[in-house]
Amino acid sequence: MKIVLRKTSIYFLFKCLLNYKIFNEVLFSFMLMKLKLLFIAILLMVSCGKNKKGNDISASEVEPIEHVETKAIDIPLEIYDYAGLETFLNLKDDKIHVVNFWATWCAPCVKELPYFEKLNDAYKEKGVEVMLVSLDFPHLYDKKLKPFIVKNNLQSKVVALDDADMNAWIPKVDESWSGSIPATVIYKNGDSHFYEQSFTYEELEKEVKKML
Amino acid sequence: MSVAILVLCLSAFTLNIGAGEGYKVGDKAEDFSLKNIDGKMVSLSDYKGAKGFIVTFTCNTCPYAVMYEDRIIALNKKYAPMGYPVIAIMPNNVAVKPGDALPEMKKRAEKKGFDFPYLIDADQTVYPKFGATKTPHVFVLEKTNSGNIVQYIGAIDDNYKDASLVRTKYVELAVDALLGSKEIKEKETKAIGCSIKV
Repeated sequence: MKIVLRKTSIYFLFKCLLNYKIFNEVLFSFMLMKLKLLFIAILLMVSCGKNKKGNDISASEVEPIEHVETKAIDIPLEIYDYAGLETFLNLKDDKIHVVNFWATWCAPCVKELPYFEKLNDAYKEKGVEVMLVSLDFPHLYDKKLKPFIVKNNLQSKVVALDDADMNAWIPKVDESWSGSIPATVIYKNGDSHFYEQSFTYEELEKEVKKML
Repeated sequence: MSVAILVLCLSAFTLNIGAGEGYKVGDKAEDFSLKNIDGKMVSLSDYKGAKGFIVTFTCNTCPYAVMYEDRIIALNKKYAPMGYPVIAIMPNNVAVKPGDALPEMKKRAEKKGFDFPYLIDADQTVYPKFGATKTPHVFVLEKTNSGNIVQYIGAIDDNYKDASLVRTKYVELAVDALLGSKEIKEKETKAIGCSIKV
């Protein structure tokens, strides 16, 4: 009886300690999260407040809050030079093709990716196809791009464009493209529209609906 | 409360400085007065002996800009003595990119050994005049009797990945042509870069 009691008390003591440890960790991470949020909020307040031009412009981008871990993941990835990619910019299959140029290091690109994913899902049946063309650096495909695709469970087709001679291919995508990303091409058969800008879901949907 | 502000600010939209605005090749570039990492103000007119300038919009936080740092340093080493110094300008809103704030710029410049001014466009008034949209983005200016004329706009060279694989050094060719009073063959080039953060 004594032994059992002692065992139980040790067990309780251990459990208490464990709970305390977990509790502490939870509390700590919660506080850290709060601090992070507060920090971002202050930053945004500063940037919102700093604006002298009026209320119409505001903080447009933030760092992606979750950073992709650098543990290399190997999944299949289609890699093209521009000659290879060009086919996907000139399909004549009566579908609306939404081709988004992005990269995991580009904060505004990462921010708008969910909208492209949502569009792809919502308009698949209506003949809309989204393709995400990554401009990530080739030496980071395994470390950054692939883990990003897996972690975010991207459903749209993702390909990588590896073509260093950018001055040769950028004007072929669109004459007006200065080369900043995000940038998006929306086309159907021969009718093509180019956007060197960030999108909200509503804006994106509006552009696609015009072509339905 | 803080979450509410966060959501409010996140939902605000981007101001787009559209491509096509800003200086074109042949335009006269206005002088500016911007703060350098040493706290002093710098203007193009400070450079009495210059024949022109390699105005380079760059920053700490863009991977493309970082890949070109050594090449920007090399440009200044080669061309400053010939009358074409590099003038680097950081155009991002530092509230959006804290890594580009002045103290961070100073740290980066010291670490890399920048021997040219690294200015901050703190009010974000200079880059729109140039029509810079991204980092890195280069404007070669030629000093003439009628002002600083934009002679080249675009990329530094044709291979961001590997300096040893570069076939065409656009900026060098442009400055060489100006120094030799020849016509610049490629006056405008395109390259991918990070959009300037507003």
